[in-house]
Amino acid sequence: MIGGLFIYNHKGEVLISRVYRDDIGRNAVDAFRVNVIHARQQVRSPVTNIARTSFFHVKRSNIWLAAVTKQNVNAAMVFEFLYKMCDVMTAYFGKISEENIKNNFVLIYELLDEILDFGYPQNSETGALKTFITQQGIKSQLQTKEEQSQITSQVTGQIGWRREGIKYRRNELFLDVLESVNLLMSPQGQVLSAHVSGRVVMKSYLSGMPECKFGMNDKIVIDKQGKGGTTDEAGKSSGKQSIAIDDCTFHQCVRLSKFDSERSISFIPPDGEYELMRYRTTKDIILPFRVIPLVREVGRTKLEVKVVIKSNFKPSLLAQKIEVRIPTPLNTSGVQVICMKGKAKYKASENAIVWKIKRMAGMKESQISAEIELLPTNDKKKWARPPISMNFEVPFAPSGLKVRYLKVFEPKLNYSDHDVIKWVRYIGRSGIYETRC
Amino acid sequence: MPAVSKGDGMRGLAVFISDIRNCKSKEAEIKRINKELANIRSKFKGDKALDGYSKKKYVCKLLFIFLLGHDIDFGHMEAVNLLSSNKYTEKQIGYLFISVLVNSNSDLIRLINNAIKNDLSSRNPTFMNLALHCIANVGSREMAEAFAADVPRILVAGDTMDSVKQSAALCLLRLNRTSPDLIPMGEWTSRVVHLLNDQHLGVVTAATSLIITLAQKNPDDFKTSVSLAVARLSRIVTSASTDLQDYTYYFVAAPWLSVKLLRLLQCYPPPEDAAIRGRLTECLETILNKAQEPPKSKKVQHSNAKNAVLFEAISLIIHHDSEPTLLVRACNQLGQFLQHRETNLRYLALESMCTLASSEFSHEAVKTHIETVINALKTERDVSVRQRAVDLLYAMCDRSNAKQIVAEMLSYLETADYSIREEIVLKVAILAEKYAVEYTWYVDTILNLIRIAGDYVSEEVWYRVIQIVINRDDVQGYAAKTVFEALQAPACHENLVKVGGYILGEFGNLIAGDPRSSPLIQFNLLHSKFHLCSVPTRALLLSAYVKFINLFPEVKGTIQEVLRSDSQLRNADVELQQRAVEYLRLSCIASTDILATVLEEMPPFPERESSILAKLKKKKGSGTVSDVEDTRKERNTNVNGSTDHTTATTNTKPSPSSFVSDLLAAAPPPTNRPRPVPSSSILHMPLSPLSPQAYAVHSAAPLTPFYQVTSSPSSDLLGLGNSSAVNSGSPPAASNAASLLVDVFSESLPVAPLGTASAPIIEENFSRFVCKNNGVLYENQLLQIGLKSEFRQNLGRMYVFYGNKTSTQFLNFSASVVCHEPLNAQLNVHTKTADPVVDGGAQLQQILNIECLSDFVEAPVLNINFRYGGSVQNIAVRLPVTLNKFFQPTEMMSQDFFQRWKQLSDPQQEVQKIFKAKHSMDTEITKAKIIGFGTALLDGVDPNPSNFVGAGVIHTKTIQVGCLLRLEPNTQAQMYRLTLRTSRGSVSQRLCDLLSEQF
Repeated sequence: MIGGLFIYNHKGEVLISRVYRDDIGRNAVDAFRVNVIHARQQVRSPVTNIARTSFFHVKRSNIWLAAVTKQNVNAAMVFEFLYKMCDVMTAYFGKISEENIKNNFVLIYELLDEILDFGYPQNSETGALKTFITQQGIKSQLQTKEEQSQITSQVTGQIGWRREGIKYRRNELFLDVLESVNLLMSPQGQVLSAHVSGRVVMKSYLSGMPECKFGMNDKIVIDKQGKGGTTDEAGKSSGKQSIAIDDCTFHQCVRLSKFDSERSISFIPPDGEYELMRYRTTKDIILPFRVIPLVREVGRTKLEVKVVIKSNFKPSLLAQKIEVRIPTPLNTSGVQVICMKGKAKYKASENAIVWKIKRMAGMKESQISAEIELLPTNDKKKWARPPISMNFEVPFAPSGLKVRYLKVFEPKLNYSDHDVIKWVRYIGRSGIYETRC
Repeated sequence: MPAVSKGDGMRGLAVFISDIRNCKSKEAEIKRINKELANIRSKFKGDKALDGYSKKKYVCKLLFIFLLGHDIDFGHMEAVNLLSSNKYTEKQIGYLFISVLVNSNSDLIRLINNAIKNDLSSRNPTFMNLALHCIANVGSREMAEAFAADVPRILVAGDTMDSVKQSAALCLLRLNRTSPDLIPMGEWTSRVVHLLNDQHLGVVTAATSLIITLAQKNPDDFKTSVSLAVARLSRIVTSASTDLQDYTYYFVAAPWLSVKLLRLLQCYPPPEDAAIRGRLTECLETILNKAQEPPKSKKVQHSNAKNAVLFEAISLIIHHDSEPTLLVRACNQLGQFLQHRETNLRYLALESMCTLASSEFSHEAVKTHIETVINALKTERDVSVRQRAVDLLYAMCDRSNAKQIVAEMLSYLETADYSIREEIVLKVAILAEKYAVEYTWYVDTILNLIRIAGDYVSEEVWYRVIQIVINRDDVQGYAAKTVFEALQAPACHENLVKVGGYILGEFGNLIAGDPRSSPLIQFNLLHSKFHLCSVPTRALLLSAYVKFINLFPEVKGTIQEVLRSDSQLRNADVELQQRAVEYLRLSCIASTDILATVLEEMPPFPERESSILAKLKKKKGSGTVSDVEDTRKERNTNVNGSTDHTTATTNTKPSPSSFVSDLLAAAPPPTNRPRPVPSSSILHMPLSPLSPQAYAVHSAAPLTPFYQVTSSPSSDLLGLGNSSAVNSGSPPAASNAASLLVDVFSESLPVAPLGTASAPIIEENFSRFVCKNNGVLYENQLLQIGLKSEFRQNLGRMYVFYGNKTSTQFLNFSASVVCHEPLNAQLNVHTKTADPVVDGGAQLQQILNIECLSDFVEAPVLNINFRYGGSVQNIAVRLPVTLNKFFQPTEMMSQDFFQRWKQLSDPQQEVQKIFKAKHSMDTEITKAKIIGFGTALLDGVDPNPSNFVGAGVIHTKTIQVGCLLRLEPNTQAQMYRLTLRTSRGSVSQRLCDLLSEQF
C-alpha cells in the first residue's frame, strides 16, 4: 500500500508528486529531499525511515523515484513496482531524464492513476496500458463504443495482458537469452564467488490467442525425462548439458500451477515485447575471460602493472566490447601504457587505466603493461588495491542454458507451430566481473 | 580570495570552480576533482620547477578541493615553499593553506615555524601581519611554544608598526587563551600597559582586550592600567563624535574601546587616588548624561552602540558599588529602559537591576520600579524577559513590599510558563519565609502555593513549612486550623495532604476542641485522602494515625480498625505493611505512658541554611539571582570589605528582618528542652516520608529496651536497605540526631562529606613517610594505596596509586583530599579527579599537586569512597604531607653553622627533646634518616664525631624558615637528645615532633 510516489531531479526538486493516501503529508516530500538526496553522507540503503515513514527509492541516471508509505508494506513488492514503473516510462517515452519527465508529466500522472489505485499496484503491462493511455490523445468519435467496452473487459478480464482479435500476416517470435556473469577472483586465479543472472526476453507477433510452451535444459526436467526415458545413456548425455537453476521468476502470463506440477512453462504470451522469466545459476559457470594481474611496487614512487587476459570459449565465437579497468593509486602522477591489442588510456577522473578491445576471438590472450609514477605523500596510508574489473559481451550463455523448444498452438486459427518463424539469440554480458590484484 | 578579478587573477582556479559548480551530480563533481588532482600531481611531480604563480594556483585549487570535503594528502611542501615567496598573494595563499590544512604533528612544522620566524623578523609589516595571523589562527600549543617569546617582543618593540602591534596583541591574546602556561610574564607586561596610551586607537583596542585577559589572571601586575584606562576613557567620552574619525561608529565615539576599557576597570576595585576616581566618576556621569540626550541617528546601530557603552558603564558602577548618586542615576536610567520598545533592552535592564537591587545604595531606587516590573511580569511576551522580571522581583523584595511581591508572584504563578514554575515556587517560599511578619501569613502563603502549583512544590518547600511550624509554638494552632480547612477541598494536592497529615498528627489536639474539627472528623478527613495518595504519603499518613492514637485515645478503636484492615496489614508495599504492623502492635501493647513518650511531639529543628535556598542555588545556573547574590557578596568583601546586606542565607548572619532566625535563635537547643528521656526522640521522626534514614540514625542513639524489643529489627532492616544511612554510619549523639533533619531531608544526600566526618582516619603508616617519599601508605583486603611523591621548594607532586586487590570492579570510586581548618589556609592541595571505576586487579593513578603556603602542623586527609559489591566503602587516610617535605638542604661550614646557631638563641626558637631510642642506634641508618628528613648532613661541624648535625631551609610560599638541628646519641643509655633551632618556634616544635618519632 504505497502512500505516495515522488520523482525528483538531481537537485532534489520535485518533478512528479502523487499522493494516494491521506497519511502522507506534504512535508514527506521535503523529508526525503533533506534526509536522502541532500544528506551529508551518501545514503546507500534504498529504504529510509524518517519519522515513522518509509521511503523506498531507486535512482535512474539523475532521477530519483521514491515511494512513500506509513504502513508495514512488502518492500520487495514496492521495489518491483518501482522497476515496473521505470519500464513503463521507458516504453512510453524512452530514456528517463529530467527533460523527458517534464515533457511528459501529463502522461505520467495518467499512468500513475492507472497503475496504482489507492496505493495498490494494478495492471502495469505496457502492452495493455498502451491500448488506452496514448500520447496522441484518444479521439472519441473514432472509437466505437464496442472498442471501449472491449478495453474494459480485457483490462478487467482473466487475461489482462492480451486482447483478443490480434491478427498478423506473418507470425513471428523473437527469443533472447540475456545473461550477466558476476565474478570475484583471487589474484591466484581462485574463484571466490561467481553467479549468473539471466533473463529470457521475448517479442511475439502472433495472431489470435496462442498457447505457447517453452522448454530448456533445466536439470530437473532432463533428469525426470531421463528416468522416464528408456536408456540411462540418454539421461547421462543430456545430464551433461543440463543446468541447475537456483531460482527463477516468471511473467504473470505463465501458468504457475503447471510449472509447479510438471515444471513445464506454458503461457499465452502478451503482444509485443516482454520478459518471460528471470533466473539465477551458480554452478558450472563458463567464465568467458580470465584476468591475470601482476603488480610490482618499485620503490615508493613507481608501480609496474602487467595484466594478461585470456578468452576461454570456442575459437569460432567473437567477444565484443571488451573493457578492462585497472585502478591506479590515488597519488598517481603519471602513467605510461603499452598494450598489444586495442587501446589503453589513463583516465584521471576515474583513477583508472581503461583498456578497450573491440573484438576478441575465443582461446586467445592479450596483455597490457603499465608504469605508474607516484607522488610521495605525507599520508602513511597504504593503497587499498581495488580489484581489476572487466566488461564484455559474448554470443553465448555463460550459464550453459539452451533453449530446447518453443512450441506455439493456436487451435482456433489455422496456423500451426511450423508456420511460426522463430528467432533465438544468446547474449552473455559481464556483470560485476572482478579480479583482485 | 584576493584579486581573482583581473591581472593577477587565477583563471585556472576560476574555471575549475565554475566547473565544479556546474556539475550536475555528485559523481560528476568527483570525476572533475579526480581529474584536477591528477593534473596537479603530475604538475608537482614534473621535473621542471613551477613558478610561484602556478604553485599558488595549484595550492589554491587543493585548498578549494579540501574545503569541498575531500582529503588532500600532498601539496603541503609546495605551500610551505610559498611562504618564502616575496609576493604578497603567494605568501598569503601559503599561510592560508597552512592554517587550514597542516596539523600540528606534521613533519613540516619545523619548516613552517622557520618561515614564520623569518617573516616575524622581517621589516615588512604586511609579512609580519601574515605570520602573526597564522600563529593566531592555528593557535596550537606547538605554535605557542615556538613563538611565546617573539610575539610579546614584537608587541612592545618601539619600532613596530601600528597594524603589526594590533595583530601581535590579538595573537598574544589567542595564545594566552589556548596555552596560558607558556606565555612568559616578563618586563614586557609593564610596557603592554603603556600601549593604552598609544596614538592609534586600533592598537589601544587590541591591547585592552589583551590586558583584560591578563589582568583577570594576575591583577597586581596590571594595576597601573587603571589610571591609564581612566584617562583614555575620559578622552574618548569627552571627545566630540567627529574627533575620532575612523573609530566613530554611528556618532558614538569608539564604542568597542569604551566597552573594553569599562570591562578592564571592572577587574579592579575603585581607584584609590581621588583625582583618578573623580575623573572616572566624571566619565561615568558623562556616559549617563549622554544616554539622556536625544539620539543623533535613528539607526538601530547608533542606539545599540550607545546602549552597549551605557550598560557596561552601569555594570562598572554596580561593580564599584561606592557612589550612591551614580547608582541611583543608573537605576533611573534602567527604569526608563524597562518600558522601552526593544525586548533586548528590557531584558538587559531587568538583569542589571537585579544586581543593582542588592546594593544598599540603590535598593530603594530599584524598589520604586516595582509597579513597572510587576507589569512586565504580566504583559511581557518573551518568556526570558518574564524570567528576569521574576528574578528582579525576588531581588528587590524586602520586608516593606514582601506581601505585595509574594501576592503578585502567586497570582502570576497560575499562568506562568511551566519551565519557570518550580523556580518561582521556590522563590515565593523563600520570600514568604524571609520577610514574614506574621506566621499566619506565611502559612497561608505556602498553603496557597501548594494549592496553586502543587506539582511544582518540591519536597524542600513543604519540609520547610513543617520545620517552621514545629519550631514556633504560636503558629501551630493556626496552622492546624488552616490545614484542616484546606484539606476540606474536594481535590487536594498530595503535598497538601502531606503537610496536613504531618501538622494534624502533631498539633491536631489544638483544634480538637472545636466540634467542627473533632478528632474523629480530623481522622476521617485525612483518611478520605489516603487512597488517592502515593506510597510515601500513605506512610506518612499512617504515622499521623498512630500519633492520633496518642493525642486522642477516643479514636484509638477506629484507627486500630483501619490499621488492622487487610489493605494495610497485608499491603504489597513493605514499608506500609511494616508501619501498619508496628503501629498496630505499639498501640495494642504499649501503655499510655509509653505511648505518650514514644509519640511525643517533635522537638524543634536546629536552624540551618534553608534547604529551599540550597535547592534554588543548585537548580539555577549562572546569571541568576542567587548566584548574583553570591558573587556580589564575594565582591563586596573583596572590594569594600563590607558584607552584603541582602544575602538571603538566614544562617550566615542573624539579619534583623529574618523572623525565622530570630525565633530559632530564641529557641533553646533540643537537648536543653525538658524531655523525659533522651531516647524519646525515637519516634519523633517517623512522620517524615524519609523515615528509614531517620530510623537508622536514631537507632544508633541509646535506646530504651522497649524500642529494641519491638522495632530494632525493622530499623536494622531499613538501615541496611538504605545506602545513605549506612554511609553515615557514624554514631551521632542524641542532640546531633535531631539536627540531622536538614541533611536527611535535602534530597541528594551529600554522602561524601558525611562519611568524611565519621570514618576513622588511618595514620598507621604515616610516620614511615616522614623520612621517605615512596611506599605503601595503606592496605586492606580490598585496596592498596601506594605513594610516590616529589617535592621541590614549596611545591610538591604526589602520585597516589589505588590498587584494586579484588577481582571485581570498584564503582563510584572517588578520592578527595580534605584539609581541615587551619590547614586549608596553609596548604593547597589540588586533586585531579580520578576515574570512577577501578577494574578488578587494576591500578588507578591520581595526581595531587601540593603547594605549601605557610608552615603547618596537621596533615591533610585522603578520603576514599567506592562501592564494592553492594556496599559502600569509606576509607580516610592521613596523607604524609609534613612540613619537612619542603626542606631544601643547605651545606655550610662549621663556623657558619655556629654563627647561625647563636643567632637563633631565642628560647622560643629552640626546641629540645630527650627521648629513648625505639630502634637500634645504627649510625648509617640515622644518617640516612636525617638526609631523608630533608636537611643536609653536615660533617665535621660538631666537635664530637658521633653527633649528627643538619641544616636546611623550609620553603613555603610566604616565608622561608632556616633550620638547624643537632642529634646527640647516647649509646649507653639508648637515648637521644635532639635539638632544633629555627627562626619560628612553631616550626621548631613540629619538626622536633616529627623527627623524634623516627629514632
